[in-house]
Amino acid sequence: MGGFNLQIGKTNLDTFAQTLMELAAIDRDILVLTSDSRGSGRVTPFAEKFPEQIVEMGIAEQNLVGVAAGLASAGKKVFVVSPACFLTARALEQIKNDVAYSDHPVKLIGISAGVSYGSLGTTHHSLHDFAALQAINNIDILAPADNFETIRAIRAAVNYPRPIYIRFGKKAMPNLHTPDTHFEIGKAIQLTPEREKYDVALIATGETVAPAFMVSQILTEQGVSSCVLSLHTLRPFDENAVERAAARSEVVITVEEHSVNGGLGSRVASFLMQAGVFRPLRIVGIPDEHTITGSQGEIFNHYGISAQALAQTALHLLEKEAA
Amino acid sequence: MTLTKISHPISLEKIRLLVSKSIQYRRAILKLIYTAKAGHTGGSLSCVDILNVLYNHVMDITPQNFNQVNRDRYVHSKGHSVEALYAVLADKGFFSTELLDNVEKYCSDFIGHPTRSVLGIEQNTGALGHGLSVAVGMALAAKKDGRSDRIFTIMGDGELTEGSIWEASASAAHYRLDNLIAIIDHNTLQITGRTEHVMNMEPLEAKFTAFGFAVRHVDGNNVEELVNLLENVPFEPGKPNLVLAHTIKGKGISYMEDQIQWHHRVPTDSEYAAAMLELDAAEKHLEKTDGRF
Repeated sequence: MGGFNLQIGKTNLDTFAQTLMELAAIDRDILVLTSDSRGSGRVTPFAEKFPEQIVEMGIAEQNLVGVAAGLASAGKKVFVVSPACFLTARALEQIKNDVAYSDHPVKLIGISAGVSYGSLGTTHHSLHDFAALQAINNIDILAPADNFETIRAIRAAVNYPRPIYIRFGKKAMPNLHTPDTHFEIGKAIQLTPEREKYDVALIATGETVAPAFMVSQILTEQGVSSCVLSLHTLRPFDENAVERAAARSEVVITVEEHSVNGGLGSRVASFLMQAGVFRPLRIVGIPDEHTITGSQGEIFNHYGISAQALAQTALHLLEKEAA
Repeated sequence: MTLTKISHPISLEKIRLLVSKSIQYRRAILKLIYTAKAGHTGGSLSCVDILNVLYNHVMDITPQNFNQVNRDRYVHSKGHSVEALYAVLADKGFFSTELLDNVEKYCSDFIGHPTRSVLGIEQNTGALGHGLSVAVGMALAAKKDGRSDRIFTIMGDGELTEGSIWEASASAAHYRLDNLIAIIDHNTLQITGRTEHVMNMEPLEAKFTAFGFAVRHVDGNNVEELVNLLENVPFEPGKPNLVLAHTIKGKGISYMEDQIQWHHRVPTDSEYAAAMLELDAAEKHLEKTDGRF
């Protein structure tokens, strides 16, 4: 568990690329497929060091994913490295049919996800990927929060038996975990101390875990206790951790770099209602409107995805609950 | 690695056997469509001679080697013509022929498109324009590992309007995949009408040649021509292979041939009986001839 004065690490993208270099050196079946995206994916050093283990597919995402399925069916451990916005929209039918339905364990790496390309506009935002992929059976979905989670997720992905999608951004992330933290795909990590009761449960995924974690410090100063979960895996969904956190809390807030429709918040709400855990709940994410542009941080601030704004959201929700 | 196979003339007995199998497969296709009351009749009948020659003469794919890495592979890109594939795979011993009575039944593995739930099927298809990319991936894996596997796929001609086909074509040539054999079941009909009227993709030979394929034409319903061509891949070392197989939709049943309504029509009782009589007559004719058309 990290302290409150968070040390800034590298970008998850660089961490991914470095991890893959280490893995590829000892496993020659690892292949990286790019769509003119080796620079954006930080895999240019990989290409220089392992020229036989990278395949350039050009700007053609449908073929990129179809070819990945064919390579995986013949035993290759394929990491498809392509901007999340294009990978999960342009090639969605290939993901659905060639990878998920055909059950080939391709590793789809959605780079510069969410609003990492914030100022480039909606074409370059991926705020639909959780929703689209959650509606497709047989593909697991991950959004690592920090360098630690990224390293563990990539290592776990190499020999993962199912199709898997892992997305992350390109901003340096604070380190949220100590090296001895247990990481397992499908198991949320609690970042705050264990208690019997909390005022607020904050359930976040990907690069919004850091602000969610910082909220807990602000809330503590105001005498409000919180449980912060890094739900790095959206599928398989960690029902136990979410139910436990919600059941022990007065109110629940979810935070994600994704549309408020069909992502983490929707999943949590749907699960809690059906589990009979009824709590006041706020889904914080990108609302259903033309998304504003700016840096990732500016967009986060605009939509209330910051420690200060999330603290206010938590306090208002608690006030309403008390009223 | 060498892909060049020494060609030797096929015996008349082998041709006769293949022609006989084509008749047998047409019976099986019609029976299973008649039983299921569903299916893509015309397209299955147009591509079945190609599948026959691939599985019985060209490809190294058997139930025994199917779990091995080092073997040929086949992707049925025109997935709607699954009945032809079911008929051939049953005959090859991948599963019992009786299972074909379950085609399109509740919870059956034998659905209206190929899936890997059925032994012998490599890739789930059905949405068009996917098979060539997957085949490119398989061919690339074989090249990477220095294996001599060859990857075959049959596409429909209506399918060629999918943009992903052309993305895949570029990559096949870019990576010099001469172990990839893409076959177009060029029956010139799709569900709405003539392919050239729905969306004209001609000249196909020039297009695929420009994309870097070695292109060959063949009568795709003539097993001897198919054998002679497909025994000799790659056509040109370093180039992916493209076979424009000129076929007749509904081939083998006179009243179905080149008739658009047979895209996915199911025969009535009397039509089914008439079709079986035609196939009986074809078999009798075969007994009296050397098997050549």
